[in-house]
Amino acid sequence: MSTTTATAPTKWWNGGRSPFNVEYGKLMMWYFLMSDAFTFGAFLIAYGTTRFAATSWPDPNKVFASYPLMPEGSHAPLVFVSIMTFILILSSVTMVLAVQAGKEMKKNTVAINLILTIIGGLAFLSCQAWEWTHLHHEGAWWGMNPFMNADGTQSTTGFTNFFFTITGFHGFHVFSGVVINCIMLIMTLTDKFEKRGHYLMIEKAGLYWHFVDLVWVFVFTCFYLI
Amino acid sequence: MEQAQVIHMDHPHTDVKKEIINVTIILSVLTIIELALGFTMMGIENQGTRLAIKGIIVILMLAKAFYIVGYFMHLKHEIRNLIMTIVVPLAIFIWFITAFLYEGNSYKNLKNRYDPYKVERSHTIVEKKESVKEAKKAE
Repeated sequence: MSTTTATAPTKWWNGGRSPFNVEYGKLMMWYFLMSDAFTFGAFLIAYGTTRFAATSWPDPNKVFASYPLMPEGSHAPLVFVSIMTFILILSSVTMVLAVQAGKEMKKNTVAINLILTIIGGLAFLSCQAWEWTHLHHEGAWWGMNPFMNADGTQSTTGFTNFFFTITGFHGFHVFSGVVINCIMLIMTLTDKFEKRGHYLMIEKAGLYWHFVDLVWVFVFTCFYLI
Repeated sequence: MEQAQVIHMDHPHTDVKKEIINVTIILSVLTIIELALGFTMMGIENQGTRLAIKGIIVILMLAKAFYIVGYFMHLKHEIRNLIMTIVVPLAIFIWFITAFLYEGNSYKNLKNRYDPYKVERSHTIVEKKESVKEAKKAE
Protein backbone atom coordinates (compact mmCIF):
# COMPACT_ATOMS: atom_id res chain seq x y z
CA MET A 1 0.00 0.00 0.00
CA SER A 2 1.83 3.07 -1.19
CA THR A 3 1.16 6.47 0.34
CA THR A 4 3.28 8.25 -2.26
CA THR A 5 0.84 7.89 -5.17
CA ALA A 6 -0.70 11.34 -4.55
CA THR A 7 0.41 13.88 -7.22
CA ALA A 8 2.98 16.31 -5.83
CA PRO A 9 1.85 19.98 -6.11
CA THR A 10 3.43 21.81 -9.07
CA LYS A 11 6.75 23.40 -8.13
CA TRP A 12 6.44 26.77 -9.83
CA TRP A 13 9.61 28.43 -8.57
CA ASN A 14 12.20 25.69 -9.01
CA GLY A 15 13.33 26.89 -12.42
CA GLY A 16 12.94 25.58 -15.94
CA ARG A 17 9.42 26.94 -16.26
CA SER A 18 7.54 30.21 -16.13
CA PRO A 19 6.43 30.69 -12.49
CA PHE A 20 3.16 32.27 -13.56
CA ASN A 21 2.61 29.76 -16.37
CA VAL A 22 2.56 32.49 -19.02
CA GLU A 23 5.19 33.41 -21.54
CA TYR A 24 7.63 36.15 -20.57
CA GLY A 25 6.21 38.78 -22.93
CA LYS A 26 2.68 38.32 -21.63
CA LEU A 27 3.79 38.69 -18.00
CA MET A 28 5.74 41.82 -18.86
CA MET A 29 2.68 43.23 -20.63
CA TRP A 30 0.65 42.64 -17.43
CA TYR A 31 3.31 44.45 -15.39
CA PHE A 32 3.30 47.36 -17.83
CA LEU A 33 -0.50 47.54 -17.68
CA MET A 34 -0.31 47.68 -13.88
CA SER A 35 2.08 50.64 -14.08
CA ASP A 36 -0.18 52.36 -16.60
CA ALA A 37 -3.18 51.65 -14.38
CA PHE A 38 -1.42 53.44 -11.55
CA THR A 39 -0.65 56.41 -13.81
CA PHE A 40 -4.27 56.75 -14.93
CA GLY A 41 -5.38 56.07 -11.38
CA ALA A 42 -3.19 58.87 -10.10
CA PHE A 43 -4.67 61.29 -12.65
CA LEU A 44 -8.23 60.28 -11.80
CA ILE A 45 -7.57 60.47 -8.06
CA ALA A 46 -6.13 63.97 -8.52
CA TYR A 47 -9.34 64.85 -10.38
CA GLY A 48 -11.46 63.31 -7.63
CA THR A 49 -9.57 65.11 -4.87
CA THR A 50 -9.90 68.46 -6.64
CA ARG A 51 -13.61 67.89 -7.19
CA PHE A 52 -14.18 66.88 -3.56
CA ALA A 53 -12.22 69.96 -2.45
CA ALA A 54 -14.46 72.25 -4.51
CA THR A 55 -17.73 73.59 -3.12
CA SER A 56 -19.31 73.33 -6.55
CA TRP A 57 -18.39 72.04 -10.01
CA PRO A 58 -19.82 72.39 -13.54
CA ASP A 59 -22.72 70.03 -14.22
CA PRO A 60 -21.50 67.48 -16.81
CA ASN A 61 -25.04 67.14 -18.16
CA LYS A 62 -24.97 70.84 -19.13
CA VAL A 63 -21.42 70.83 -20.48
CA PHE A 64 -21.42 67.59 -22.46
CA ALA A 65 -24.78 67.71 -24.18
CA SER A 66 -24.12 67.69 -27.90
CA TYR A 67 -23.49 65.33 -30.75
CA PRO A 68 -22.54 65.82 -34.40
CA LEU A 69 -25.25 67.22 -36.70
CA MET A 70 -27.43 68.03 -33.70
CA PRO A 71 -30.32 70.45 -34.37
CA GLU A 72 -29.68 73.99 -33.13
CA GLY A 73 -30.71 74.62 -29.53
CA SER A 74 -31.24 71.00 -28.50
CA HIS A 75 -29.69 69.43 -25.45
CA ALA A 76 -28.79 65.75 -25.33
CA PRO A 77 -26.62 64.77 -22.36
CA LEU A 78 -24.92 61.37 -22.28
CA VAL A 79 -25.91 60.44 -25.84
CA PHE A 80 -22.60 60.98 -27.59
CA VAL A 81 -20.49 59.50 -24.82
CA SER A 82 -22.72 56.38 -24.75
CA ILE A 83 -22.03 55.87 -28.44
CA MET A 84 -18.30 56.22 -27.80
CA THR A 85 -18.46 53.69 -24.96
CA PHE A 86 -20.29 51.11 -27.05
CA ILE A 87 -17.86 51.59 -29.94
CA LEU A 88 -14.95 50.81 -27.63
CA ILE A 89 -16.67 47.83 -25.98
CA LEU A 90 -17.50 46.33 -29.40
CA SER A 91 -13.93 46.87 -30.58
CA SER A 92 -12.83 44.96 -27.47
CA VAL A 93 -15.15 42.10 -28.44
CA THR A 94 -13.70 41.92 -31.96
CA MET A 95 -10.23 41.89 -30.36
CA VAL A 96 -11.22 38.93 -28.17
CA LEU A 97 -12.46 37.16 -31.30
CA ALA A 98 -9.14 37.91 -33.02
CA VAL A 99 -7.18 36.43 -30.12
CA GLN A 100 -9.43 33.36 -30.08
CA ALA A 101 -9.02 32.88 -33.84
CA GLY A 102 -5.25 33.16 -33.28
CA LYS A 103 -5.38 30.27 -30.81
CA GLU A 104 -7.17 28.24 -33.50
CA MET A 105 -4.53 29.32 -36.09
CA LYS A 106 -7.21 30.79 -38.38
CA LYS A 107 -5.26 33.55 -40.14
CA ASN A 108 -8.17 35.09 -42.11
CA THR A 109 -10.48 35.34 -39.09
CA VAL A 110 -7.67 37.00 -37.13
CA ALA A 111 -7.16 39.52 -39.93
CA ILE A 112 -10.86 40.36 -40.26
CA ASN A 113 -11.31 40.87 -36.53
CA LEU A 114 -8.15 42.99 -36.32
CA ILE A 115 -9.50 45.19 -39.12
CA LEU A 116 -12.81 45.59 -37.26
CA THR A 117 -10.93 46.48 -34.06
CA ILE A 118 -8.86 49.08 -35.91
CA ILE A 119 -12.01 50.60 -37.42
CA GLY A 120 -13.57 50.74 -33.94
CA GLY A 121 -10.48 52.48 -32.58
CA LEU A 122 -10.46 55.03 -35.38
CA ALA A 123 -14.20 55.66 -34.91
CA PHE A 124 -13.61 56.32 -31.21
CA LEU A 125 -10.75 58.69 -31.95
CA SER A 126 -12.92 60.58 -34.46
CA CYS A 127 -15.67 60.94 -31.88
CA GLN A 128 -13.20 62.19 -29.28
CA ALA A 129 -11.74 64.65 -31.80
CA TRP A 130 -15.25 65.97 -32.52
CA GLU A 131 -15.97 66.34 -28.79
CA TRP A 132 -12.73 68.28 -28.26
CA THR A 133 -13.34 70.54 -31.28
CA HIS A 134 -16.90 71.22 -30.19
CA LEU A 135 -15.84 72.13 -26.64
CA HIS A 136 -13.02 74.29 -27.95
CA HIS A 137 -15.48 76.20 -30.12
CA GLU A 138 -17.46 76.93 -26.97
CA GLY A 139 -14.32 78.46 -25.47
CA ALA A 140 -12.89 75.54 -23.49
CA TRP A 141 -9.20 74.63 -23.50
CA TRP A 142 -6.30 74.17 -21.08
CA GLY A 143 -6.47 77.33 -19.01
CA MET A 144 -9.86 78.40 -20.39
CA ASN A 145 -13.16 77.40 -18.82
CA PRO A 146 -16.33 79.07 -20.12
CA PHE A 147 -18.66 76.97 -17.96
CA MET A 148 -20.18 77.99 -14.64
CA ASN A 149 -20.49 75.80 -11.59
CA ALA A 150 -23.79 74.02 -11.02
CA ASP A 151 -24.71 76.50 -8.27
CA GLY A 152 -23.96 79.54 -10.44
CA THR A 153 -20.58 80.47 -8.96
CA GLN A 154 -17.33 81.07 -10.82
CA SER A 155 -15.68 77.82 -11.85
CA THR A 156 -11.98 76.96 -12.08
CA THR A 157 -9.88 76.12 -15.10
CA GLY A 158 -9.20 72.87 -13.25
CA PHE A 159 -12.36 71.51 -14.82
CA THR A 160 -11.15 71.86 -18.40
CA ASN A 161 -7.51 71.14 -17.51
CA PHE A 162 -8.43 67.77 -16.04
CA PHE A 163 -10.87 66.94 -18.83
CA PHE A 164 -8.48 67.61 -21.69
CA THR A 165 -5.44 66.11 -19.95
CA ILE A 166 -7.09 62.84 -18.94
CA THR A 167 -9.16 62.28 -22.08
CA GLY A 168 -6.10 63.35 -24.11
CA PHE A 169 -3.83 60.88 -22.34
CA HIS A 170 -6.45 58.17 -22.86
CA GLY A 171 -6.90 59.17 -26.52
CA PHE A 172 -3.13 58.89 -26.96
CA HIS A 173 -3.36 55.34 -25.65
CA VAL A 174 -6.18 54.54 -28.09
CA PHE A 175 -4.06 55.97 -30.91
CA SER A 176 -1.00 53.92 -29.97
CA GLY A 177 -3.27 50.89 -29.63
CA VAL A 178 -4.55 51.42 -33.17
CA VAL A 179 -0.95 51.69 -34.41
CA ILE A 180 -0.01 48.48 -32.61
CA ASN A 181 -3.07 46.73 -34.04
CA CYS A 182 -2.10 47.90 -37.56
CA ILE A 183 1.35 46.39 -37.06
CA MET A 184 -0.31 43.18 -35.82
CA LEU A 185 -2.48 43.14 -38.94
CA ILE A 186 0.52 43.52 -41.24
CA MET A 187 2.37 40.78 -39.37
CA THR A 188 -0.67 38.52 -39.66
CA LEU A 189 -1.13 39.12 -43.38
CA THR A 190 2.58 38.55 -44.11
CA ASP A 191 2.36 35.13 -42.43
CA LYS A 192 4.79 36.05 -39.67
CA PHE A 193 2.65 34.27 -37.06
CA GLU A 194 1.97 31.28 -39.29
CA LYS A 195 5.76 30.84 -39.57
CA ARG A 196 6.19 31.17 -35.79
CA GLY A 197 3.44 28.65 -35.19
CA HIS A 198 1.59 30.79 -32.67
CA TYR A 199 -0.34 34.03 -32.42
CA LEU A 200 0.83 34.95 -28.90
CA MET A 201 1.77 38.46 -30.03
CA ILE A 202 -1.91 39.13 -30.84
CA GLU A 203 -2.77 38.08 -27.28
CA LYS A 204 -0.39 40.69 -25.89
CA ALA A 205 -1.78 43.40 -28.19
CA GLY A 206 -5.21 42.24 -27.05
CA LEU A 207 -4.30 42.81 -23.40
CA TYR A 208 -3.23 46.37 -24.24
CA TRP A 209 -6.44 47.05 -26.16
CA HIS A 210 -8.66 45.74 -23.36
CA PHE A 211 -6.75 47.90 -20.90
CA VAL A 212 -7.53 50.93 -23.08
CA ASP A 213 -11.22 49.99 -23.03
CA LEU A 214 -11.11 49.47 -19.27
CA VAL A 215 -9.58 52.90 -18.68
CA TRP A 216 -12.34 54.46 -20.78
CA VAL A 217 -14.95 52.76 -18.55
CA PHE A 218 -13.39 54.55 -15.56
CA VAL A 219 -12.81 57.90 -17.30
CA PHE A 220 -16.33 58.09 -18.75
CA THR A 221 -17.89 57.20 -15.40
CA CYS A 222 -15.83 59.77 -13.48
CA PHE A 223 -16.28 62.67 -15.91
CA TYR A 224 -19.75 62.15 -17.33
CA LEU A 225 -21.76 60.06 -14.87
CA ILE A 226 -20.83 60.81 -11.27
CA MET B 1 16.54 31.51 -27.19
CA GLU B 2 14.97 28.87 -24.96
CA GLN B 3 11.47 29.72 -23.80
CA ALA B 4 10.65 28.72 -20.23
CA GLN B 5 8.24 25.81 -20.31
CA VAL B 6 4.61 26.89 -20.26
CA ILE B 7 1.77 24.44 -19.67
CA HIS B 8 -1.10 25.26 -21.98
CA MET B 9 -4.51 24.81 -20.43
CA ASP B 10 -7.25 25.09 -23.05
CA HIS B 11 -10.99 25.03 -22.58
CA PRO B 12 -13.28 23.28 -25.07
CA HIS B 13 -13.90 25.17 -28.32
CA THR B 14 -17.66 25.91 -28.20
CA ASP B 15 -17.50 27.07 -24.57
CA VAL B 16 -15.25 29.99 -25.49
CA LYS B 17 -17.57 31.50 -28.12
CA LYS B 18 -20.51 31.23 -25.71
CA GLU B 19 -18.47 32.85 -22.95
CA ILE B 20 -17.50 35.77 -25.20
CA ILE B 21 -21.12 36.37 -26.22
CA ASN B 22 -22.35 36.13 -22.62
CA VAL B 23 -19.74 38.57 -21.33
CA THR B 24 -20.51 41.01 -24.17
CA ILE B 25 -24.19 40.93 -23.26
CA ILE B 26 -23.41 41.40 -19.56
CA LEU B 27 -21.14 44.38 -20.30
CA SER B 28 -23.77 45.97 -22.56
CA VAL B 29 -26.51 45.51 -19.96
CA LEU B 30 -24.31 46.97 -17.20
CA THR B 31 -23.51 49.98 -19.41
CA ILE B 32 -27.18 50.53 -20.24
CA ILE B 33 -28.14 50.38 -16.54
CA GLU B 34 -25.37 52.88 -15.72
CA LEU B 35 -26.61 55.27 -18.41
CA ALA B 36 -30.24 54.86 -17.26
CA LEU B 37 -29.18 55.70 -13.70
CA GLY B 38 -27.25 58.70 -15.04
CA PHE B 39 -30.38 59.93 -16.80
CA THR B 40 -32.60 59.43 -13.75
CA MET B 41 -30.12 61.31 -11.60
CA MET B 42 -30.64 64.41 -13.72
CA GLY B 43 -34.14 64.88 -12.36
CA ILE B 44 -33.26 64.28 -8.72
CA GLU B 45 -32.37 67.13 -6.35
CA ASN B 46 -32.02 65.21 -3.08
CA GLN B 47 -28.28 64.98 -2.36
CA GLY B 48 -28.66 61.74 -0.40
CA THR B 49 -30.42 59.97 -3.26
CA ARG B 50 -27.89 61.34 -5.75
CA LEU B 51 -25.04 59.98 -3.66
CA ALA B 52 -26.72 56.58 -3.43
CA ILE B 53 -27.18 56.44 -7.21
CA LYS B 54 -23.55 57.46 -7.72
CA GLY B 55 -22.55 54.64 -5.38
CA ILE B 56 -24.53 52.13 -7.43
CA ILE B 57 -22.92 53.45 -10.64
CA VAL B 58 -19.46 52.93 -9.10
CA ILE B 59 -20.33 49.36 -8.12
CA LEU B 60 -21.58 48.65 -11.66
CA MET B 61 -18.36 50.14 -13.02
CA LEU B 62 -16.31 47.78 -10.84
CA ALA B 63 -18.43 44.86 -12.06
CA LYS B 64 -17.64 45.86 -15.66
CA ALA B 65 -13.94 46.03 -14.78
CA PHE B 66 -14.18 42.53 -13.28
CA TYR B 67 -15.70 41.13 -16.48
CA ILE B 68 -13.28 42.89 -18.83
CA VAL B 69 -10.19 41.88 -16.83
CA GLY B 70 -11.42 38.40 -15.94
CA TYR B 71 -12.76 37.25 -19.29
CA PHE B 72 -11.55 39.53 -22.09
CA MET B 73 -8.06 39.75 -20.62
CA HIS B 74 -8.36 36.12 -19.60
CA LEU B 75 -7.15 36.72 -16.04
CA LYS B 76 -9.79 34.46 -14.51
CA HIS B 77 -8.29 31.49 -16.32
CA GLU B 78 -4.72 32.21 -15.27
CA ILE B 79 -3.06 30.64 -12.25
CA ARG B 80 -3.71 32.07 -8.80
CA ASN B 81 -0.28 33.69 -8.42
CA LEU B 82 -0.85 35.89 -11.47
CA ILE B 83 -4.39 36.77 -10.40
CA MET B 84 -3.09 37.84 -6.98
CA THR B 85 -0.27 39.87 -8.56
CA ILE B 86 -2.93 42.01 -10.24
CA VAL B 87 -5.71 41.96 -7.64
CA VAL B 88 -3.75 42.65 -4.44
CA PRO B 89 -2.15 45.97 -5.55
CA LEU B 90 -5.50 47.11 -6.93
CA ALA B 91 -7.20 46.31 -3.63
CA ILE B 92 -4.60 48.49 -1.90
CA PHE B 93 -5.32 51.11 -4.57
CA ILE B 94 -8.87 51.34 -3.26
CA TRP B 95 -7.39 52.70 -0.04
CA PHE B 96 -5.45 55.26 -2.10
CA ILE B 97 -8.73 56.45 -3.64
CA THR B 98 -10.56 56.58 -0.30
CA ALA B 99 -7.75 58.43 1.46
CA PHE B 100 -7.47 61.13 -1.17
CA LEU B 101 -11.19 61.72 -1.56
CA TYR B 102 -11.41 62.02 2.23
CA GLU B 103 -8.52 64.48 2.09
CA GLY B 104 -10.23 66.57 -0.58
CA ASN B 105 -13.45 66.64 1.37
CA SER B 106 -11.61 67.68 4.55
CA TYR B 107 -9.87 70.48 2.63
CA LYS B 108 -13.23 71.76 1.43
CA ASN B 109 -14.71 71.74 4.95
CA LEU B 110 -11.72 73.49 6.52
CA LYS B 111 -11.60 76.04 3.70
CA ASN B 112 -15.28 76.84 4.07
CA ARG B 113 -14.88 77.25 7.81
CA TYR B 114 -11.68 79.27 8.04
CA ASP B 115 -10.97 81.07 4.77
CA PRO B 116 -13.33 84.04 4.35
CA TYR B 117 -12.03 84.91 0.87
CA LYS B 118 -12.76 81.42 -0.44
CA VAL B 119 -16.13 81.33 1.32
CA GLU B 120 -17.15 84.60 -0.34
CA ARG B 121 -15.92 83.46 -3.74
CA SER B 122 -17.78 80.18 -3.52
CA HIS B 123 -21.02 81.94 -2.69
CA THR B 124 -20.91 84.72 -5.28
CA ILE B 125 -23.26 84.00 -8.13
CA VAL B 126 -21.70 85.02 -11.44
CA GLU B 127 -23.63 86.13 -14.52
CA LYS B 128 -23.42 83.47 -17.19
CA LYS B 129 -20.63 84.49 -19.57
CA GLU B 130 -21.69 84.84 -23.18
CA SER B 131 -20.31 81.83 -24.99
CA VAL B 132 -18.16 82.35 -28.06
CA LYS B 133 -21.03 81.07 -30.25
CA GLU B 134 -23.59 83.51 -28.78
CA ALA B 135 -21.15 86.40 -29.15
CA LYS B 136 -20.65 85.55 -32.81
CA LYS B 137 -24.42 85.29 -33.38
CA ALA B 138 -24.94 88.75 -31.93
CA GLU B 139 -22.57 90.28 -34.49
